[in-house]
Parts: sequence; C-alpha cells; structure tokens
Amino acid sequence: MPEERILDVKNLKIDFHTYAGEVKAIRNVSFHLNKGETLAIVGESGSGKSVTTRSIIGLLARNAQIEGGEINFHGKNLLELPEKEMQKIRGNEISMIFQDPMTSLDPTMKIGQQIAEPLIKHKGASKKEAWAKALEMMKAVGIPNAEERINQYPHQFSGGMRQRIVIAIALICEPEILLADEPTTALDVTVQAEILDLMKDLQKRVKTSIIFITHDLGVVAGMADRVAVMYAGEFLEFGGVDEIFYDPQHPYTWGLINSMPTLNSDILESIPGTPPNLLDPPKGDPFAPRNKYAMRIDVERKPPFFKVTDTHYAATWLLAPGAPKVDPPAEIVRRWKKYDLMKQEDKLPKIK
Amino acid sequence: MPEKKKILEVKHLKQYFKNGRNVTKAVDDVSFDIYEGETFGLVGESGSGKTTTGRSILQLYKPTSGEVLFEGKDVAGLKSRTDKLAFTRDAQMIFQDPYASLNPRMTVEDIIAEGLDIHHLVKDKAERTERVEKLLETVGLNASHASRFPHEFSGGQRQRIGIARALAVEPKFIVADEPISALDVSIQAQVVNLMIELQKKRGLTYLFIAHDLSMVKFISDRIGVMHYGKLLEVGPADDVYDRPLHDYTKSLISAVPIPDPEIERTRKRIPYDAQKEEMDGKPRSMHEIRPGHFVRCSDDEVKHYEEVAASYEN
Repeated sequence: MPEERILDVKNLKIDFHTYAGEVKAIRNVSFHLNKGETLAIVGESGSGKSVTTRSIIGLLARNAQIEGGEINFHGKNLLELPEKEMQKIRGNEISMIFQDPMTSLDPTMKIGQQIAEPLIKHKGASKKEAWAKALEMMKAVGIPNAEERINQYPHQFSGGMRQRIVIAIALICEPEILLADEPTTALDVTVQAEILDLMKDLQKRVKTSIIFITHDLGVVAGMADRVAVMYAGEFLEFGGVDEIFYDPQHPYTWGLINSMPTLNSDILESIPGTPPNLLDPPKGDPFAPRNKYAMRIDVERKPPFFKVTDTHYAATWLLAPGAPKVDPPAEIVRRWKKYDLMKQEDKLPKIK
Repeated sequence: MPEKKKILEVKHLKQYFKNGRNVTKAVDDVSFDIYEGETFGLVGESGSGKTTTGRSILQLYKPTSGEVLFEGKDVAGLKSRTDKLAFTRDAQMIFQDPYASLNPRMTVEDIIAEGLDIHHLVKDKAERTERVEKLLETVGLNASHASRFPHEFSGGQRQRIGIARALAVEPKFIVADEPISALDVSIQAQVVNLMIELQKKRGLTYLFIAHDLSMVKFISDRIGVMHYGKLLEVGPADDVYDRPLHDYTKSLISAVPIPDPEIERTRKRIPYDAQKEEMDGKPRSMHEIRPGHFVRCSDDEVKHYEEVAASYEN
C-alpha cells in the first residue's frame, strides 16, 4: 500500500501491579497510524483504549509495567527512549488532548501563557513571538475577543471554551500526531459538534494524524477514516469507517452497533453480562462469554485476525473457512444490505 | 390522549437560586403534565434546568413559586408528616451518578430497605430480607449480593441497586435523572430495557431526564425540550424528534451524532442564537400548534410555527 505509516505499534503488552494481582490491561496489541488519517479506537471503559494511547506518549501510571512490544515513531522505539528525549517529543511532535477540560488546565496560569509555553519550551521562541502565536491560535480555535481573553484564567471560561484552549495548546507546535482521549465526552451535544468540526478543520490545516478515543459510535462515524474496536485489552476488529459501520464482522462490533438506539428502532438489544476481569484474562476470544454466537473453539483458542479486505480485519472464528453461518441481528443485516447497495452504486468513499 | 389520567401537573414552576446579589433563574415558569403510565422525557443541555425541574417536583428544593400537583394534590402544600411520607412513597428518584448516590458504608440490603423501614412496610427482619432479595432479583442481580457493599459492584450493577431502592416502596412515579449517562453503551441498553420492562409490569410513570436525545426518543412517549430554564417545546416523542418546531430543538437534533458514516458525511448543523428571543422582550407562552405539540412563542409567532408544522406535512 502506498500509505505512509507514521506510528507503528507492535505486540504491546502492559500490566498493572495492584494489590489484587497483575492486571493484564493490554494484551499483545499491534496497530499502526497512517499519515494524515484519523484512527478511532472504540471500546467500553476498562477496555484499554486510554492505556494504549498513554503508553505512546509515556504517561502511564506508576504501577504500570510495559511487558513487551515496541512503538515505532520515525525509526525510534518510544518505549526505549530516555525521559529527557521523550520530553522533546511530548507536546511537540506528539501531543494529547484529555477528556476533562476542567482539570487539564493550570488554574493559576493565564491561558495565554499556557498556550505559548510549548513554543518557548520546544521551538525556542521568544516570549513575544510565542505570545503573538498564541493569540493567533486562540483565534484559530474560535475564541472570541482573543486579545482580551488571552490574559484571563481558566475559571473564566466555559467548558467548551476550555476544551478549545486545550486544543490550542496541543496544536500550537503543529504536532505530527494528536492523541485525543474522549475530547468531547464532557461536553454538551451542540458544543461537541462545534469542537469536532474545529478538530476536522484544524487537521486539514496542520496536517496532523489523529488517534481519537471514544465510546460514542456516533462521533466515530463522523470523525474516523479507520476504526479499531477494542475489548478487554485486545483489538477485535480493524477497518475503514464504512467497513466497520456497514460490514462489521465481529459479534462484539455487532453488539455495540446494535445497542445504540437508531432513529427507527423500537427494541434495544443489549449485550448481556459484563467485560471479563483482566486479573485472569480469558484464554480464547475475550468476548466469548457474552457472545450468543460463540462456538466451543472461541472459549478454547484465541482467533487470529482473518482478512476481509486489504483494510479490514476481524479476530473471530466465524470468518474461518468452514465456520457455520450465523444470523446476525436484524440491524446488522440491514447494514450489510446497505453496504452491498453502496458498493454497487459505487458510493463508498475511497479509504486513505 | 383525551382519556388518560394526569398523574402530575406542573404549573408555572419557578426555581430561583440566590447567589450573592445575583439570582439564577434555574427554572423559569415551566408548565407541563405527565399522564399515568407514560414516560415523559426532559432534554436539554447542562445548565438548562432539567435536573432542577426534576428535583423541585420531588420537593428536594422548595420551589420559588408555582404549583406541583401529584394526583390532584399540591405537594408543596403538604404540611403533615403523614401526607409528606405518602408523597415520598409514591414518588421516587433514580440518580445520575451510581458512584455518589449509594452510601459506601451501608450494605446493599440496608440501602434498599431504608425506604421499607421508614414507611414501616415490613414487620420483621425475615420479611425485610425476603423483600430485598426479591427486589435484587427483579433488577437482575443475585439475591446473595444483599450483604455486600457498593464498592464491590460495577457502574451498571450499582445503577440496578439504585433502581431497586426506588422500587422498594412501590412508587407510582419515578424521576430518573440521567440514569444511564455514567454507563457504557452496552450497559446503557441493559438498564434502559430493565426500566421499560419494569414500567410494563408495574404501570410506572417516568420522568426521564437526559441529554442523550436518541435514547430519550427511544424511551419516551412525550418529550419536553428545555433551554436556559425555560420549556421551549413539548410534544409526542416522534413529533418533537422528526418534526421539531422550535429553532433550538432543530439545532439540538442536528448536533446529535448518528452511528452511520453516510449520514454523518452529509450532516448539516443548524446553529441557534438564543439572543434573538431573549432580546425582543415579547411575552411568550405555550401554544398548541398541532394536537399535543406545543411550542413556546409569542402570539404573533403562532402563524410562523403553523407554517413550520405544515411544511412537514407535504
């Protein structure tokens, strides 16, 4: 494929040491990020999506232990870089937006200073230059009265405005990779829509690649080029956004899509049970205990990734040659039909 | 719905909070009715006053003015302890945050049975335990969980405990304040399905408060839309969602992300400017534009909304 991989994560394993024992939070995870794309990682809380992204930027909790794997960025393995080197990358080449705009800003610092700081630290800009650039950035993220507000403190801003400031800080060094961990979950839908539009717009201008973490499939549908579905510390399915939404293959992806109310649904399918305890992770497909389509092999052996297309892979034994045909939920069948129709009419956009 | 009985009537409810010299009009002249056995969904953004409305109805705040009639009786005027107790038994609440709303030092049995004790609904310990175990099973938990503490449960399980606590005193009416916002998608569906099932079995009436429009549309028979303390639009769920009248409702619906990439690619957001209505100072009240479908407007705007409603019919 002609695409350029900007980030390549291979066989990542992360454990957390707790009083109860070793929590195997990330279990042999591999994925990559293409230049200029938005990769959405979806999954429930505790599935490991935040831990995965935090490991990229070296911000894991103290009790986390990286057991193996590599994260390759420009020929360097980020997991082996000394902290000093990591500091040069963090906030500069790779930056991050956190979920809660209320706690990710320093309450005692003027916001102008907070936006300008990365430029002074990383790019050696003078205070005056950095301040001017900060003002420009505030205008770019749509903060009205920027000249006046640059001297204000975080508590003088609403939640949506604070998240704009956080985005300004993250993007001021024009990073190659932006990690966005549920950046709109704490916001109202109308504000969320504005922030998402802003991110898409800035991505085009700054040409950054984004890893977007969320549990909201609606947001994924609007933001992502590719989607990775995560469950219990593993990826279960990768694909282009249309492949995941119209041609999903893993029963967990079916369950996720099916448990969202759609405009015409009159029953809501829920996924029974709860995710497995990662102190003692399941041997086979981690979703098998909650999966009504599970076969015996799902419990016994972990399925490999089966290829659906060049861009679409799913780890389910249902795709193995000779696997029994199952009837997926009605909503999924509807989406499959829509996908066939879209393919015939050539309405599918090309994947980057 | 001409034959349906009104279980709750909210009339010109105002709830102001004094904040130094400022007055926050959290709920400003809100009126609506809830019919027996239905689910009334209240949506709005944070700060719109939806939670305050729910709490004022249950007298968790003392309303600044206005009336709340429950089965025809004004609940603000309840003086005697027995009357107040009778109301709290009939009207219960499920809270948003399943982590903050359960006392961490009480066992699940004590949490669920607190209402039973207060209302003297059980005669001895054996009956109390039996009732609690039955309630746990009703909400899909294990009876043996009764002796455990809240921290031993996941978010979804805790919300089930909150539901069991609300059901314990056999209420007629439940205010559910964002009961699923703190839960994961797959668990949200479980809790919503449980609430629907309980409503069918027990004839419950819900006031379902949420900001997630698609879920509100799914569970509600009727929807009210709030903004800045005012109720802007009320109507049957499908009408409000598919044929919205007020510009704010349109804006809100246009911002809801839909899990379908094709729809998302073509989505147009409709911006809303609250200033326009704020500034002109015209008196506004609820007008019925289509049967059961109300919008807050001034007398001279009725014609405009008639046209909006008519435009959906072609």
